[in-house]
Amino acid sequence: MFRRSALIVVVVIVVGVAGFALFAHRAAIAPINPPPTSAFSPELIARGEQLAGAGYCITCHTARDGKPYSGGYAINTAFGTIYSTNITPDPETGIGTWSEAAFTRAMREGVARDGAHLFPAFPYNHFTRLTDADVRALYAYFMTREPVVARAPANTVPFPLSIRALQAGWKLLFFRAGRFQPDPKRDAEWNEGAYLAQGISHCGACHTPRNVLGGEKKHARYAGADVDTWSAPPLTAANPAPVPWDAEELMAYLRTGVSALHGTVAGPMAPVVHDGLAKLPDSDVQAIATYFSTIDEAASRAASKDAAVQKALQREQLDRVRMATYDAPARLYVSACASCHYNRGTPNPLRPDLALNSAVSLPEPANLIGVVLHGVSAREGAPGIVMPAFASGFSNRDIAQIAAYLRATRTDLPPWPHLEEKVAALRGASKPPKPSSAMSGAN
Amino acid sequence: MTRFTINGRAVSVDAPGNTPLLWVIRDELRLTGTKFGCGIGLCGVCTVHVGGRATRSCITPLNAVAGAAVTTIEGLDPLGAHPVQKAWAALQVPQCGYCQSGQIMQAVALLKDFPAPSDQDIDAVMAGNLCRCMTYVRIRAAIKQAAAAMASKPT
Repeated sequence: MFRRSALIVVVVIVVGVAGFALFAHRAAIAPINPPPTSAFSPELIARGEQLAGAGYCITCHTARDGKPYSGGYAINTAFGTIYSTNITPDPETGIGTWSEAAFTRAMREGVARDGAHLFPAFPYNHFTRLTDADVRALYAYFMTREPVVARAPANTVPFPLSIRALQAGWKLLFFRAGRFQPDPKRDAEWNEGAYLAQGISHCGACHTPRNVLGGEKKHARYAGADVDTWSAPPLTAANPAPVPWDAEELMAYLRTGVSALHGTVAGPMAPVVHDGLAKLPDSDVQAIATYFSTIDEAASRAASKDAAVQKALQREQLDRVRMATYDAPARLYVSACASCHYNRGTPNPLRPDLALNSAVSLPEPANLIGVVLHGVSAREGAPGIVMPAFASGFSNRDIAQIAAYLRATRTDLPPWPHLEEKVAALRGASKPPKPSSAMSGAN
Repeated sequence: MTRFTINGRAVSVDAPGNTPLLWVIRDELRLTGTKFGCGIGLCGVCTVHVGGRATRSCITPLNAVAGAAVTTIEGLDPLGAHPVQKAWAALQVPQCGYCQSGQIMQAVALLKDFPAPSDQDIDAVMAGNLCRCMTYVRIRAAIKQAAAAMASKPT
Protein backbone atom coordinates (compact mmCIF):
# COMPACT_ATOMS: atom_id res chain seq x y z
CA MET A 1 0.00 0.00 0.00
CA PHE A 2 2.76 2.37 1.05
CA ARG A 3 4.78 1.54 -2.03
CA ARG A 4 1.78 2.21 -4.18
CA SER A 5 1.17 5.66 -2.62
CA ALA A 6 4.83 6.55 -2.98
CA LEU A 7 4.70 5.53 -6.61
CA ILE A 8 1.68 7.75 -7.18
CA VAL A 9 3.44 10.68 -5.52
CA VAL A 10 6.53 10.17 -7.66
CA VAL A 11 4.43 9.88 -10.82
CA VAL A 12 2.52 13.05 -9.95
CA ILE A 13 5.78 14.93 -9.33
CA VAL A 14 7.37 13.68 -12.52
CA VAL A 15 4.30 14.46 -14.58
CA GLY A 16 4.01 17.86 -12.89
CA VAL A 17 7.62 18.81 -13.54
CA ALA A 18 7.44 17.52 -17.10
CA GLY A 19 4.17 19.32 -17.68
CA PHE A 20 5.58 22.58 -16.28
CA ALA A 21 8.73 22.18 -18.36
CA LEU A 22 6.59 21.71 -21.43
CA PHE A 23 4.45 24.70 -20.44
CA ALA A 24 7.48 26.88 -19.74
CA HIS A 25 9.40 25.86 -22.83
CA ARG A 26 9.89 28.43 -25.54
CA ALA A 27 11.71 27.50 -28.73
CA ALA A 28 14.76 29.42 -29.87
CA ILE A 29 14.19 31.62 -32.90
CA ALA A 30 16.84 31.05 -35.57
CA PRO A 31 19.66 33.62 -35.57
CA ILE A 32 19.99 35.94 -38.53
CA ASN A 33 22.82 37.99 -39.96
CA PRO A 34 22.49 41.58 -38.71
CA PRO A 35 20.42 43.47 -41.30
CA PRO A 36 22.06 46.47 -43.02
CA THR A 37 20.84 49.97 -42.19
CA SER A 38 19.40 50.16 -45.70
CA ALA A 39 16.89 47.49 -44.69
CA PHE A 40 14.93 50.12 -42.77
CA SER A 41 13.36 53.36 -43.98
CA PRO A 42 14.58 56.59 -42.36
CA GLU A 43 10.99 57.37 -41.33
CA LEU A 44 10.71 54.08 -39.49
CA ILE A 45 14.02 54.64 -37.71
CA ALA A 46 12.93 58.17 -36.76
CA ARG A 47 9.68 56.85 -35.27
CA GLY A 48 11.70 54.22 -33.41
CA GLU A 49 13.94 56.94 -31.99
CA GLN A 50 10.89 58.77 -30.63
CA LEU A 51 9.53 55.60 -29.08
CA ALA A 52 12.90 54.66 -27.58
CA GLY A 53 12.83 58.12 -26.01
CA ALA A 54 9.28 57.64 -24.75
CA GLY A 55 10.43 54.39 -23.13
CA TYR A 56 13.69 56.01 -21.91
CA CYS A 57 15.33 52.73 -22.89
CA ILE A 58 18.74 54.40 -22.69
CA THR A 59 18.38 54.98 -18.95
CA CYS A 60 18.30 51.32 -17.96
CA HIS A 61 20.20 49.91 -20.93
CA THR A 62 23.33 52.03 -20.38
CA ALA A 63 25.79 51.53 -17.53
CA ARG A 64 27.49 54.45 -15.84
CA ASP A 65 30.18 55.58 -18.31
CA GLY A 66 28.94 52.94 -20.75
CA LYS A 67 28.17 53.39 -24.44
CA PRO A 68 24.50 54.03 -25.26
CA TYR A 69 22.32 50.90 -25.13
CA SER A 70 25.25 48.60 -24.38
CA GLY A 71 23.68 47.39 -21.12
CA GLY A 72 25.25 46.50 -17.79
CA TYR A 73 23.19 48.92 -15.71
CA ALA A 74 22.47 47.44 -12.28
CA ILE A 75 18.80 47.19 -11.31
CA ASN A 76 18.43 46.41 -7.62
CA THR A 77 15.42 44.23 -6.87
CA ALA A 78 14.23 42.41 -3.78
CA PHE A 79 15.45 39.24 -5.49
CA GLY A 80 19.00 40.35 -6.31
CA THR A 81 20.74 42.61 -8.78
CA ILE A 82 19.75 42.27 -12.40
CA TYR A 83 22.03 43.79 -15.03
CA SER A 84 20.43 45.17 -18.15
CA THR A 85 21.41 43.61 -21.45
CA ASN A 86 23.21 45.00 -24.46
CA ILE A 87 20.57 45.96 -27.04
CA THR A 88 22.97 47.24 -29.69
CA PRO A 89 23.14 45.07 -32.82
CA ASP A 90 26.44 43.40 -31.90
CA PRO A 91 25.94 39.76 -33.00
CA GLU A 92 27.88 38.21 -30.11
CA THR A 93 26.93 40.30 -27.07
CA GLY A 94 23.94 42.31 -28.29
CA ILE A 95 20.84 41.60 -30.35
CA GLY A 96 22.47 41.56 -33.79
CA THR A 97 21.24 38.04 -34.57
CA TRP A 98 17.68 38.73 -33.45
CA SER A 99 15.08 38.67 -36.19
CA GLU A 100 12.13 41.03 -35.98
CA ALA A 101 10.07 38.05 -34.79
CA ALA A 102 12.51 37.45 -31.93
CA PHE A 103 12.50 41.13 -30.95
CA THR A 104 8.71 41.22 -31.06
CA ARG A 105 8.46 38.12 -28.86
CA ALA A 106 10.79 39.72 -26.31
CA MET A 107 8.74 42.91 -26.23
CA ARG A 108 5.38 41.16 -26.04
CA GLU A 109 6.06 37.96 -24.12
CA GLY A 110 9.32 38.60 -22.29
CA VAL A 111 11.24 35.79 -24.00
CA ALA A 112 14.78 36.12 -25.37
CA ARG A 113 15.73 34.92 -28.84
CA ASP A 114 17.20 31.72 -27.44
CA GLY A 115 13.92 30.90 -25.71
CA ALA A 116 14.93 31.96 -22.16
CA HIS A 117 12.29 33.77 -20.14
CA LEU A 118 13.27 37.35 -19.27
CA PHE A 119 12.94 38.76 -15.78
CA PRO A 120 10.18 41.36 -15.40
CA ALA A 121 12.78 44.02 -14.56
CA PHE A 122 12.33 44.39 -18.30
CA PRO A 123 8.80 45.85 -18.38
CA TYR A 124 7.43 43.62 -21.14
CA ASN A 125 4.12 43.64 -19.25
CA HIS A 126 3.81 47.21 -20.57
CA PHE A 127 5.53 46.78 -23.93
CA THR A 128 3.06 44.02 -24.83
CA ARG A 129 0.53 46.84 -25.37
CA LEU A 130 2.49 48.27 -28.35
CA THR A 131 1.13 48.14 -31.90
CA ASP A 132 2.87 46.07 -34.58
CA ALA A 133 3.99 49.27 -36.30
CA ASP A 134 5.61 50.65 -33.14
CA VAL A 135 7.43 47.41 -32.32
CA ARG A 136 8.74 47.36 -35.89
CA ALA A 137 9.92 50.98 -35.54
CA LEU A 138 11.79 50.19 -32.32
CA TYR A 139 13.40 47.18 -33.98
CA ALA A 140 14.49 49.40 -36.88
CA TYR A 141 15.96 51.94 -34.46
CA PHE A 142 17.94 49.48 -32.35
CA MET A 143 19.22 47.45 -35.31
CA THR A 144 20.66 50.65 -36.81
CA ARG A 145 22.59 51.75 -33.67
CA GLU A 146 26.34 51.43 -33.45
CA PRO A 147 27.13 47.84 -32.43
CA VAL A 148 29.01 47.70 -29.13
CA VAL A 149 30.82 44.65 -27.78
CA ALA A 150 29.80 44.57 -24.13
CA ARG A 151 28.76 41.70 -21.93
CA ALA A 152 26.70 42.46 -18.84
CA PRO A 153 27.91 41.13 -15.48
CA ALA A 154 26.12 38.02 -14.20
CA ASN A 155 22.89 38.66 -12.29
CA THR A 156 22.96 37.97 -8.56
CA VAL A 157 19.46 36.47 -8.39
CA PRO A 158 19.96 33.39 -6.18
CA PHE A 159 19.09 29.79 -7.08
CA PRO A 160 16.34 28.61 -7.49
CA LEU A 161 14.84 32.00 -8.47
CA SER A 162 17.50 32.19 -11.15
CA ILE A 163 15.84 29.31 -13.02
CA ARG A 164 14.45 31.08 -16.05
CA ALA A 165 11.67 28.55 -16.60
CA LEU A 166 10.10 29.58 -13.28
CA GLN A 167 9.35 32.92 -14.89
CA ALA A 168 6.66 31.12 -16.86
CA GLY A 169 4.87 30.64 -13.54
CA TRP A 170 5.28 34.34 -12.70
CA LYS A 171 3.77 35.21 -16.05
CA LEU A 172 0.87 32.86 -15.43
CA LEU A 173 0.14 34.72 -12.19
CA PHE A 174 0.83 38.35 -13.10
CA PHE A 175 1.14 38.82 -16.84
CA ARG A 176 -1.47 39.14 -19.55
CA ALA A 177 -0.19 39.64 -23.06
CA GLY A 178 -2.24 41.81 -25.38
CA ARG A 179 -2.35 45.02 -27.38
CA PHE A 180 -3.69 48.32 -26.07
CA GLN A 181 -7.47 48.57 -26.31
CA PRO A 182 -8.68 52.15 -26.78
CA ASP A 183 -11.52 53.35 -24.59
CA PRO A 184 -14.32 54.34 -26.99
CA LYS A 185 -15.77 56.69 -24.37
CA ARG A 186 -12.62 58.84 -24.47
CA ASP A 187 -11.28 61.04 -27.26
CA ALA A 188 -8.29 60.33 -29.47
CA GLU A 189 -5.87 62.45 -27.41
CA TRP A 190 -6.72 60.67 -24.15
CA ASN A 191 -6.35 57.29 -25.83
CA GLU A 192 -2.99 58.27 -27.31
CA GLY A 193 -1.85 59.32 -23.83
CA ALA A 194 -3.15 56.10 -22.29
CA TYR A 195 -1.42 54.06 -25.01
CA LEU A 196 1.93 55.76 -24.38
CA ALA A 197 1.65 55.76 -20.55
CA GLN A 198 0.50 52.15 -20.24
CA GLY A 199 2.73 50.91 -23.04
CA ILE A 200 6.11 52.25 -24.03
CA SER A 201 6.46 54.78 -21.18
CA HIS A 202 5.61 52.06 -18.61
CA CYS A 203 4.73 54.65 -15.94
CA GLY A 204 3.22 51.94 -13.74
CA ALA A 205 6.57 50.15 -13.51
CA CYS A 206 7.59 52.71 -10.87
CA HIS A 207 4.33 54.40 -9.82
CA THR A 208 2.30 51.22 -9.18
CA PRO A 209 3.12 49.29 -5.99
CA ARG A 210 4.25 45.68 -6.40
CA ASN A 211 3.27 42.55 -4.49
CA VAL A 212 5.78 40.31 -2.68
CA LEU A 213 6.57 38.47 -5.90
CA GLY A 214 7.21 41.70 -7.79
CA GLY A 215 3.96 41.81 -9.76
CA GLU A 216 2.28 45.20 -10.21
CA LYS A 217 -0.84 45.34 -8.02
CA LYS A 218 -3.70 45.59 -10.50
CA HIS A 219 -6.08 47.17 -8.04
CA ALA A 220 -3.65 49.85 -6.93
CA ARG A 221 -2.62 51.19 -10.29
CA TYR A 222 -0.52 54.39 -10.00
CA ALA A 223 -0.98 54.41 -6.21
CA GLY A 224 2.70 55.29 -5.67
CA ALA A 225 5.64 53.12 -4.65
CA ASP A 226 9.20 53.21 -3.35
CA VAL A 227 11.85 52.92 -6.03
CA ASP A 228 15.42 52.47 -4.85
CA THR A 229 15.88 55.36 -2.41
CA TRP A 230 13.12 57.52 -3.88
CA SER A 231 9.33 57.72 -3.62
CA ALA A 232 7.42 57.48 -6.88
CA PRO A 233 4.41 59.60 -5.88
CA PRO A 234 0.82 58.48 -6.39
CA LEU A 235 -0.53 59.63 -9.76
CA THR A 236 -4.11 59.23 -8.55
CA ALA A 237 -6.41 61.55 -6.62
CA ALA A 238 -4.51 60.34 -3.53
CA ASN A 239 -1.54 62.52 -4.54
CA PRO A 240 -1.07 64.87 -1.57
CA ALA A 241 0.33 67.89 -3.46
CA PRO A 242 -1.52 71.04 -2.31
CA VAL A 243 -2.41 71.99 -5.89
CA PRO A 244 -3.86 69.30 -8.15
CA TRP A 245 -1.75 68.09 -11.04
CA ASP A 246 -3.89 69.27 -13.95
CA ALA A 247 -3.05 68.84 -17.62
CA GLU A 248 -1.28 72.21 -17.78
CA GLU A 249 1.03 71.45 -14.82
CA LEU A 250 1.67 67.89 -16.02
CA MET A 251 2.57 69.20 -19.47
CA ALA A 252 5.01 71.77 -18.05
CA TYR A 253 6.60 69.15 -15.80
CA LEU A 254 6.88 66.40 -18.40
CA ARG A 255 8.00 68.74 -21.19
CA THR A 256 10.40 71.14 -19.42
CA GLY A 257 11.16 69.36 -16.14
CA VAL A 258 9.58 72.16 -14.12
CA SER A 259 6.12 72.87 -12.78
CA ALA A 260 5.88 76.20 -10.98
CA LEU A 261 3.18 74.77 -8.72
CA HIS A 262 4.88 71.44 -7.88
CA GLY A 263 8.62 71.53 -8.36
CA THR A 264 11.22 70.04 -10.67
CA VAL A 265 12.11 66.55 -11.84
CA ALA A 266 14.77 64.93 -9.67
CA GLY A 267 16.12 61.48 -8.92
CA PRO A 268 15.05 58.73 -11.31
CA MET A 269 12.39 61.01 -12.87
CA ALA A 270 15.02 63.41 -14.25
CA PRO A 271 16.27 61.14 -17.05
CA VAL A 272 12.69 60.10 -17.84
CA VAL A 273 11.91 63.70 -18.79
CA HIS A 274 15.25 65.07 -20.01
CA ASP A 275 16.68 62.03 -21.81
CA GLY A 276 13.45 60.25 -22.65
CA LEU A 277 10.22 62.12 -23.17
CA ALA A 278 12.29 64.97 -24.66
CA LYS A 279 12.33 62.92 -27.89
CA LEU A 280 8.54 63.05 -28.20
CA PRO A 281 6.64 65.82 -30.01
CA ASP A 282 4.58 68.22 -27.88
CA SER A 283 1.36 66.54 -28.96
CA ASP A 284 2.39 63.19 -27.46
CA VAL A 285 3.53 64.69 -24.15
CA GLN A 286 0.29 66.67 -24.05
CA ALA A 287 -1.62 63.42 -24.57
CA ILE A 288 0.16 61.82 -21.59
CA ALA A 289 -0.64 64.92 -19.51
CA THR A 290 -4.30 64.75 -20.53
CA TYR A 291 -4.47 61.07 -19.60
CA PHE A 292 -3.01 61.55 -16.12
CA SER A 293 -5.13 64.63 -15.45
CA THR A 294 -8.12 62.26 -15.57
CA ILE A 295 -6.38 59.56 -13.50
CA ASP A 296 -5.85 62.06 -10.66
CA GLU A 297 -9.28 63.68 -11.16
CA ALA A 298 -7.72 67.14 -11.33
CA ALA A 299 -10.90 68.64 -12.78
CA SER A 300 -12.86 67.91 -9.62
CA ARG A 301 -10.39 69.98 -7.57
CA ALA A 302 -9.75 72.75 -10.10
CA ALA A 303 -11.84 75.31 -8.24
CA SER A 304 -9.50 75.22 -5.24
CA LYS A 305 -6.32 75.79 -7.24
CA ASP A 306 -5.84 79.56 -6.80
CA ALA A 307 -6.78 79.49 -3.14
CA ALA A 308 -4.30 76.66 -2.55
CA VAL A 309 -1.52 78.62 -4.25
CA GLN A 310 -2.22 81.75 -2.22
CA LYS A 311 -2.40 79.80 1.03
CA ALA A 312 0.92 78.16 0.24
CA LEU A 313 2.61 81.46 -0.56
CA GLN A 314 1.54 82.84 2.81
CA ARG A 315 3.38 80.12 4.66
CA GLU A 316 6.84 81.61 4.33
CA GLN A 317 5.67 84.41 6.64
CA LEU A 318 6.14 81.82 9.36
CA ASP A 319 9.90 82.04 8.86
CA ARG A 320 9.87 85.60 10.22
CA VAL A 321 7.72 84.60 13.18
CA ARG A 322 9.99 81.68 14.05
CA MET A 323 13.17 83.68 13.47
CA ALA A 324 12.01 86.28 15.96
CA THR A 325 12.02 83.60 18.67
CA TYR A 326 15.54 82.43 17.80
CA ASP A 327 14.13 79.08 16.74
CA ALA A 328 17.18 77.00 15.70
CA PRO A 329 15.62 75.03 12.83
CA ALA A 330 14.17 78.26 11.42
CA ARG A 331 17.61 79.88 11.48
CA LEU A 332 19.13 76.87 9.79
CA TYR A 333 16.44 76.88 7.12
CA VAL A 334 16.64 80.61 6.48
CA SER A 335 20.45 80.59 6.27
CA ALA A 336 20.76 77.53 4.06
CA CYS A 337 17.64 77.51 1.93
CA ALA A 338 15.67 80.76 1.92
CA SER A 339 18.13 82.73 -0.18
CA CYS A 340 16.94 80.67 -3.15
CA HIS A 341 13.52 79.37 -2.10
CA TYR A 342 11.77 82.71 -1.77
CA ASN A 343 8.57 83.82 -3.44
CA ARG A 344 6.10 86.65 -3.45
CA GLY A 345 2.84 86.97 -5.34
CA THR A 346 3.39 84.31 -7.97
CA PRO A 347 5.54 81.22 -7.60
CA ASN A 348 8.70 81.36 -9.71
CA PRO A 349 9.42 77.95 -11.25
CA LEU A 350 13.16 78.49 -10.87
CA ARG A 351 12.92 78.88 -7.10
CA PRO A 352 10.55 76.05 -6.22
CA ASP A 353 8.16 77.11 -3.50
CA LEU A 354 8.50 74.54 -0.77
CA ALA A 355 4.93 74.95 0.44
CA LEU A 356 3.82 73.81 -3.01
CA ASN A 357 6.54 71.24 -3.59
CA SER A 358 5.37 67.65 -3.78
CA ALA A 359 8.41 66.35 -1.88
CA VAL A 360 7.30 68.15 1.30
CA SER A 361 3.76 66.73 1.15
CA LEU A 362 4.51 63.08 0.40
CA PRO A 363 3.97 60.47 3.13
CA GLU A 364 7.69 59.61 3.01
CA PRO A 365 10.50 62.20 3.30
CA ALA A 366 12.82 60.28 0.93
CA ASN A 367 12.60 62.68 -2.00
CA LEU A 368 13.16 65.79 0.11
CA ILE A 369 16.11 64.22 1.92
CA GLY A 370 17.58 62.90 -1.33
CA VAL A 371 17.50 66.32 -2.96
CA VAL A 372 18.97 68.08 0.09
CA LEU A 373 21.78 65.50 0.36
CA HIS A 374 22.74 65.32 -3.29
CA GLY A 375 21.41 68.53 -4.79
CA VAL A 376 20.01 68.83 -8.29
CA SER A 377 22.47 69.11 -11.16
CA ALA A 378 22.17 71.40 -14.18
CA ARG A 379 20.95 68.54 -16.36
CA GLU A 380 18.23 67.42 -13.96
CA GLY A 381 15.46 69.63 -12.61
CA ALA A 382 15.23 72.93 -14.45
CA PRO A 383 17.92 72.70 -17.14
CA GLY A 384 20.96 74.87 -16.43
CA ILE A 385 19.99 75.58 -12.81
CA VAL A 386 21.67 73.92 -9.86
CA MET A 387 20.78 73.13 -6.29
CA PRO A 388 23.91 72.56 -4.20
CA ALA A 389 24.48 69.27 -2.36
CA PHE A 390 24.33 69.59 1.42
CA ALA A 391 25.65 66.09 2.21
CA SER A 392 29.20 67.24 2.90
CA GLY A 393 28.37 70.21 5.10
CA PHE A 394 25.25 69.19 7.02
CA SER A 395 24.92 66.50 9.65
CA ASN A 396 22.06 64.03 9.65
CA ARG A 397 20.56 66.07 12.46
CA ASP A 398 20.78 69.33 10.47
CA ILE A 399 18.98 67.83 7.49
CA ALA A 400 16.39 66.17 9.75
CA GLN A 401 15.75 69.55 11.39
CA ILE A 402 15.23 71.27 8.05
CA ALA A 403 12.89 68.52 6.85
CA ALA A 404 10.89 68.65 10.09
CA TYR A 405 10.76 72.45 9.93
CA LEU A 406 9.40 72.42 6.38
CA ARG A 407 6.87 69.72 7.20
CA ALA A 408 5.63 71.77 10.16
CA THR A 409 5.57 75.21 8.53
CA ARG A 410 4.75 74.36 4.90
CA THR A 411 2.04 71.71 5.36
CA ASP A 412 -0.78 70.78 7.73
CA LEU A 413 0.30 67.15 7.54
CA PRO A 414 1.55 65.01 10.45
CA PRO A 415 5.29 65.12 11.18
CA TRP A 416 7.57 62.55 9.57
CA PRO A 417 8.78 60.08 12.23
CA HIS A 418 12.41 58.94 12.68
CA LEU A 419 13.79 61.62 10.37
CA GLU A 420 17.37 61.52 11.56
CA GLU A 421 17.58 57.75 11.08
CA LYS A 422 16.09 58.12 7.62
CA VAL A 423 18.66 60.75 6.66
CA ALA A 424 21.41 58.46 7.94
CA ALA A 425 20.08 55.54 5.92
CA LEU A 426 19.70 57.60 2.76
CA ARG A 427 23.12 59.17 3.13
CA GLY A 428 24.61 55.70 3.12
CA ALA A 429 22.43 54.16 0.48
CA SER A 430 21.53 56.73 -2.10
CA LYS A 431 23.85 57.29 -4.97
CA PRO A 432 24.11 60.55 -6.82
CA PRO A 433 22.32 60.15 -10.15
CA LYS A 434 24.47 58.84 -12.93
CA PRO A 435 25.59 61.38 -15.49
CA SER A 436 23.10 61.79 -18.27
CA SER A 437 24.22 60.20 -21.48
CA ALA A 438 22.33 62.77 -23.50
CA MET A 439 24.47 65.67 -22.34
CA SER A 440 27.81 66.33 -23.91
CA GLY A 441 28.97 68.34 -20.92
CA ALA A 442 30.26 65.41 -18.93
CA ASN A 443 31.73 62.07 -19.69
CA MET B 1 36.56 66.15 -18.13
CA THR B 2 33.68 68.46 -17.19
CA ARG B 3 32.70 71.17 -19.64
CA PHE B 4 30.77 74.32 -18.80
CA THR B 5 31.07 78.04 -19.43
CA ILE B 6 32.44 80.58 -16.99
CA ASN B 7 31.81 84.26 -17.62
CA GLY B 8 30.89 83.38 -21.19
CA ARG B 9 34.09 81.41 -21.85
CA ALA B 10 33.88 77.66 -22.52
CA VAL B 11 36.10 75.68 -20.15
CA SER B 12 36.93 72.04 -19.71
CA VAL B 13 38.12 70.97 -16.28
CA ASP B 14 39.88 67.73 -15.43
CA ALA B 15 39.04 67.19 -11.77
CA PRO B 16 37.01 64.61 -9.86
CA GLY B 17 33.26 65.15 -10.25
CA ASN B 18 32.75 65.75 -6.54
CA THR B 19 35.29 68.61 -6.38
CA PRO B 20 33.56 71.73 -5.06
CA LEU B 21 32.94 74.25 -7.83
CA LEU B 22 34.57 76.93 -5.65
CA TRP B 23 37.91 75.08 -5.67
CA VAL B 24 37.74 74.79 -9.44
CA ILE B 25 36.93 78.48 -9.83
CA ARG B 26 39.77 79.63 -7.58
CA ASP B 27 42.50 77.02 -8.02
CA GLU B 28 41.98 75.76 -11.58
CA LEU B 29 40.47 78.77 -13.32
CA ARG B 30 42.36 81.30 -11.17
CA LEU B 31 39.37 83.55 -10.60
CA THR B 32 39.92 84.58 -7.00
CA GLY B 33 37.18 87.18 -6.64
CA THR B 34 34.96 84.41 -5.23
CA LYS B 35 35.94 83.67 -1.64
CA PHE B 36 35.90 80.68 0.68
CA GLY B 37 33.93 81.21 3.89
CA CYS B 38 32.34 78.39 5.85
CA GLY B 39 32.51 75.64 3.25
CA ILE B 40 29.09 74.26 4.19
CA GLY B 41 26.70 76.62 2.41
CA LEU B 42 25.81 78.71 5.45
CA CYS B 43 27.54 82.07 4.94
CA GLY B 44 27.04 83.04 1.29
CA VAL B 45 30.60 84.27 0.67
CA CYS B 46 31.15 81.84 -2.22
CA THR B 47 27.96 82.83 -4.10
CA VAL B 48 28.18 82.71 -7.90
CA HIS B 49 25.48 82.48 -10.55
CA VAL B 50 24.62 79.20 -12.26
CA GLY B 51 22.13 79.72 -15.05
CA GLY B 52 21.58 83.21 -13.65
CA ARG B 53 20.58 81.93 -10.18
CA ALA B 54 22.58 82.66 -7.04
CA THR B 55 24.32 79.42 -6.06
CA ARG B 56 26.69 78.55 -3.20
CA SER B 57 29.76 77.26 -5.03
CA CYS B 58 31.43 75.67 -1.99
CA ILE B 59 28.87 72.85 -1.81
CA THR B 60 28.09 72.58 -5.52
CA PRO B 61 29.93 69.60 -6.97
CA LEU B 62 31.74 70.15 -10.24
CA ASN B 63 29.74 67.46 -12.05
CA ALA B 64 26.49 69.29 -11.22
CA VAL B 65 27.44 72.22 -13.48
CA ALA B 66 28.31 70.17 -16.56
CA GLY B 67 26.81 72.04 -19.50
CA ALA B 68 25.76 75.00 -17.35
CA ALA B 69 26.67 78.71 -17.51
CA VAL B 70 28.55 79.96 -14.44
CA THR B 71 29.10 83.66 -13.73
CA THR B 72 31.45 84.96 -11.06
CA ILE B 73 31.98 88.49 -9.76
CA GLU B 74 34.61 88.96 -12.50
CA GLY B 75 32.03 88.28 -15.19
CA LEU B 76 29.18 90.39 -13.89
CA ASP B 77 30.15 93.37 -16.03
CA PRO B 78 33.16 93.78 -18.35
CA LEU B 79 34.16 97.04 -16.62
CA GLY B 80 33.12 96.06 -13.11
CA ALA B 81 30.37 98.66 -13.47
CA HIS B 82 27.17 96.71 -12.96
CA PRO B 83 24.61 99.03 -11.29
CA VAL B 84 24.96 96.99 -8.10
CA GLN B 85 28.76 97.34 -8.19
CA LYS B 86 28.43 101.09 -8.83
CA ALA B 87 26.04 101.49 -5.90
CA TRP B 88 28.42 99.45 -3.72
CA ALA B 89 31.31 101.79 -4.58
CA ALA B 90 29.23 104.97 -4.25
CA LEU B 91 28.00 104.06 -0.78
CA GLN B 92 31.34 102.53 0.27
CA VAL B 93 29.58 99.38 1.43
CA PRO B 94 32.59 97.14 2.13
CA GLN B 95 34.59 97.34 5.31
CA CYS B 96 36.99 94.40 5.21
CA GLY B 97 35.39 93.33 1.93
CA TYR B 98 35.74 89.57 2.28
CA CYS B 99 32.04 88.74 1.93
CA GLN B 100 31.24 91.38 -0.64
CA SER B 101 31.51 89.49 -3.90
CA GLY B 102 29.01 87.00 -2.52
CA GLN B 103 26.77 89.81 -1.29
CA ILE B 104 26.84 91.47 -4.72
CA MET B 105 26.09 88.24 -6.59
CA GLN B 106 23.15 87.52 -4.28
CA ALA B 107 21.90 91.12 -4.61
CA VAL B 108 21.99 90.95 -8.41
CA ALA B 109 19.87 87.77 -8.33
CA LEU B 110 17.49 89.42 -5.88
CA LEU B 111 16.99 92.46 -8.13
CA LYS B 112 16.27 90.22 -11.10
CA ASP B 113 13.34 88.71 -9.15
CA PHE B 114 12.25 91.81 -7.23
CA PRO B 115 13.21 94.93 -9.20
CA ALA B 116 11.88 97.16 -6.38
CA PRO B 117 12.52 95.16 -3.23
CA SER B 118 11.07 96.05 0.15
CA ASP B 119 13.15 95.82 3.32
CA GLN B 120 11.37 92.58 4.01
CA ASP B 121 12.35 91.16 0.60
CA ILE B 122 15.95 92.16 1.16
CA ASP B 123 16.05 90.61 4.61
CA ALA B 124 14.46 87.38 3.40
CA VAL B 125 16.75 86.88 0.43
CA MET B 126 20.00 88.26 1.88
CA ALA B 127 19.69 86.46 5.24
CA GLY B 128 22.00 83.69 4.06
CA ASN B 129 24.84 86.14 3.29
CA LEU B 130 26.73 86.96 6.47
CA CYS B 131 28.91 90.02 7.02
CA ARG B 132 31.08 89.95 10.13
CA CYS B 133 31.77 93.69 9.79
CA MET B 134 28.02 94.31 10.08
CA THR B 135 27.68 96.33 6.88
CA TYR B 136 24.06 95.20 6.56
CA VAL B 137 22.63 98.70 6.74
CA ARG B 138 24.81 99.91 3.87
CA ILE B 139 24.08 96.69 1.90
CA ARG B 140 20.37 97.39 2.16
CA ALA B 141 20.85 101.03 1.08
CA ALA B 142 23.05 100.03 -1.86
CA ILE B 143 20.52 97.45 -3.06
CA LYS B 144 17.85 100.16 -3.08
CA GLN B 145 20.10 102.62 -4.86
CA ALA B 146 20.95 100.01 -7.49
CA ALA B 147 17.26 99.18 -7.88
CA ALA B 148 16.50 102.85 -8.49
CA ALA B 149 19.34 103.16 -10.99
CA MET B 150 18.25 100.03 -12.85
CA ALA B 151 14.63 101.22 -12.95
CA SER B 152 15.53 104.55 -14.51
CA LYS B 153 17.94 102.99 -17.01
CA PRO B 154 17.02 99.42 -17.90
CA THR B 155 20.14 97.35 -18.47
